[in-house]
Amino acid sequence: MTKPLRRGLSRRQAVTALGVVGSFAVTLVPLRAEATPETARKLLNDLVKAEPKPGKVQIKTQEVAENGNSVPVTISVDSPMTEQDYVRELHVLADRNPAPGVASFRLSPANGKAEVQFRMRMAETQNIIAVAVMNDGSVWSTAREVKVTIGGCGS
Amino acid sequence: MAEDVKPRIRVPSPAKKGEIIEIKTLVSHPMESGQRKDADGKTIPRKIINRMTVTYNGKTVFDAKLEPAISANPLISFFVKATESGQLDFTWTDDDGSLYKVSQTITIS
Repeated sequence: MTKPLRRGLSRRQAVTALGVVGSFAVTLVPLRAEATPETARKLLNDLVKAEPKPGKVQIKTQEVAENGNSVPVTISVDSPMTEQDYVRELHVLADRNPAPGVASFRLSPANGKAEVQFRMRMAETQNIIAVAVMNDGSVWSTAREVKVTIGGCGS
Repeated sequence: MAEDVKPRIRVPSPAKKGEIIEIKTLVSHPMESGQRKDADGKTIPRKIINRMTVTYNGKTVFDAKLEPAISANPLISFFVKATESGQLDFTWTDDDGSLYKVSQTITIS
């Protein structure tokens, strides 16, 4: 006599499995997302003096990032990059990573063009925030949401 | 001194006077974020390149402060206005204090 093959999960097993997944979600989420829009805001206040106005900054990246370990990002700013009018600083933040800082760049008229490219880690779906400080002290910013399929910080 | 850290750069040369050229850089470096845990559950200490600077004939033209959110093997590119023949010096600073340096001449045609 052969034992009948068991297919699928009993109700009890299914409930237990859900419970395990659920408790994981509860304990993992706060660990992975220590940065919040509030901590990003706080870092921004430390980095720049003036209140950012929307505009002038563009963020080019994937709308959906399959791999959060390496998301290519291009940041550019509308600026002639002349002695009279140039981008002095460019800050990049993310509001749902373990820490909100990503990178800060110092630029000058010697660059000729205000554009930088890099690859960043994203723990989960979140906003990239790019902030440009001009030589006259004015501050401009743009945010862009990137949906992340597989996060790239804890793994 | 960390091993296997190899910076690579690409500078278009010769360039025309006044031309705005793109400079691409790539360093093989794990950029250990300080967020990961090893098999025993111990946090792997942070070890990243935290700064990259570039000078053009001695004058700083690019200065980047990098955080653990920058991916492993950091690939960073930016632009420079080719004004005169000379040298570009690249320096990357590691958390452990090591400096990785590379230089490239630039010729104006």
